[in-house]
Amino acid sequence: MPAYPYLKIDHVDKSFKRGSAETEVLKDITLGIEKGEYVSIIGHSGCGKSTLLNLVAGLLPVSSGAILLENKEVNDPGPDRAVVFQNHSLLPWLTVYANVKIAVDKVFSGTKTKIQRHDWIMHNLDLVQMAHAKDKRPSEISGGMKQRVGLARALAMEPKVLLLDEPFGALDALTRAHLQDSVMAIHTKLGNTVLMITHDVDEAVLLSDRIVMMTNGPAARIGEILDVPLQRPRKRLALAGDTTYLKCRQRVLDFLYERHHFVEAA
Amino acid sequence: MNMHALKTENATAAPLPAGEVVRLPTPKPSFITSKVIPNAKNIAANVIPPILMIGLILVVWQILCSKPGATLPSPSKIRTEAYDLIVDPFFIAGPQDIGLGWRVLTSLQRVAIGYGFAAVVGILLGTLVGQSVWAMRGLDPIFQILRTISPLAWLPISLAAFRDSQPSAIFVIFITAVWPIIIITAVGIRNIPQDYRNVAAVLRLNPAEFFIKVMIPSAAPYIFTGLRIGIGLSWLAIVAAEMLTGGVGIGFFI
Ligand SMILES: Nc1ncnc2c1ncn2[C@@H]1O[C@H](COP(=O)(O)OP(=O)(O)OP(=O)(O)O)[C@@H](O)[C@H]1O
Ligand SMILES: [Mg+2]
Repeated sequence: MPAYPYLKIDHVDKSFKRGSAETEVLKDITLGIEKGEYVSIIGHSGCGKSTLLNLVAGLLPVSSGAILLENKEVNDPGPDRAVVFQNHSLLPWLTVYANVKIAVDKVFSGTKTKIQRHDWIMHNLDLVQMAHAKDKRPSEISGGMKQRVGLARALAMEPKVLLLDEPFGALDALTRAHLQDSVMAIHTKLGNTVLMITHDVDEAVLLSDRIVMMTNGPAARIGEILDVPLQRPRKRLALAGDTTYLKCRQRVLDFLYERHHFVEAA
Repeated sequence: MNMHALKTENATAAPLPAGEVVRLPTPKPSFITSKVIPNAKNIAANVIPPILMIGLILVVWQILCSKPGATLPSPSKIRTEAYDLIVDPFFIAGPQDIGLGWRVLTSLQRVAIGYGFAAVVGILLGTLVGQSVWAMRGLDPIFQILRTISPLAWLPISLAAFRDSQPSAIFVIFITAVWPIIIITAVGIRNIPQDYRNVAAVLRLNPAEFFIKVMIPSAAPYIFTGLRIGIGLSWLAIVAAEMLTGGVGIGFFI
């Protein structure tokens, strides 16, 4: 066991400048994530969750502090930190298969043969149960299916860390539950390290090993980190009456709606 | 899983609204038969109205111009006088006296060359301007000034530069068609959603891959609009340019 965490967010500040105006969004964020851990970030809208995820992804530069993956600083985006975006962001002119292929071809161009790459694409589409729709275009499949394909594309990069930005945010409750189960199954099977953003308390408790609760912006900080000591594999229905589950859920709700309730009119 | 299966079934079995483009890769045979007859009707519906309108216009023209003292010839008069021009467009009677068809072809060839250059240069410059803030700040004012120059004003300049009517006609085509292509391509590139850029960044696509795999397909609707406007303008320009330069094109004939 190395002395440093797998992914380390080290005293990170982030502010946006426009001309002379400067808005401080994140203040002194420090967080360590172990390999194979599933960590959720929860907080009110606009507190800077997406900003934090984009910092880890390297899509935005940090203002101060550093992001370290396996003790090496990361500054720019790369396939070792694959992102599933809130609005799927599949390329609409490509089929489902080609959307995954573009990632696989790029990441494994030197290490896999053409046949191996094809098998790997199909393997990942199978993993999210989307192999049957491989020749469809994004406009021809449902929102939940698009998210599945986005997930397949991210998984196919074999990322060190999987970054999920409200992956189920735009889905109806049934589809969402279905996808959460899929993600849990995949996490159990592959042991990915996951950093997920959510604003759904049940989702956070059900999926995560730890829940990071953020205070309201501007200059949002980490307010509290909660361990979720529930055995895996977890079953949605069995947990509904579980005392640990309910206690965790209560803690998050307390944090969000008592101590750091949403102030602005959204 | 049950719900999932149900979903896919819905997606594939959803009936296509009539008259929409067929998007299913393998339509069933029954589909073809049900599609052919409406198609034929569609074609008829598209072809008959313009034919009727053309006929109507010819009749009105004939009536207006058959009065004594009319300044323009009537269609029937044109028919009798320009008969040999129309029926035999491909005669060659001398270096300057060639058929209408040849003239159209030479003009088309010039448009094709000039327009081809304009398309390539326009898409590349448009991409540069759309992609880079600095290129945009530097080049956009210049483009905005240059594009207001009438194509015909370019003609003396290009004649002076090339000293020949052929390349200068091509240059005028190029310069006319290139502005809308540049400007509209740049708009298309600027409108590429940040999401696509993020995807490309995470995949570490290099600039060439990004250009081919993301920029061009994403901006394609804009690029085609620019190309369409460009081709219209370039045809207008060739006629005017040839009327002034002389030579063998359709404009010279007019
Ligand atoms: N490019 C930017 N320039 C300036 N300010 C920005 C920029 N991006 C985000 N912000 C600001 O940072 C704050 C946090 O935004 P962010 O998108 O991270 O919120 P969020 O927690 O993801 O919210 P939501 O739950 O609604 O997605 C917002 O107040 C926003 O105004
Ligand atoms: Mg967000």
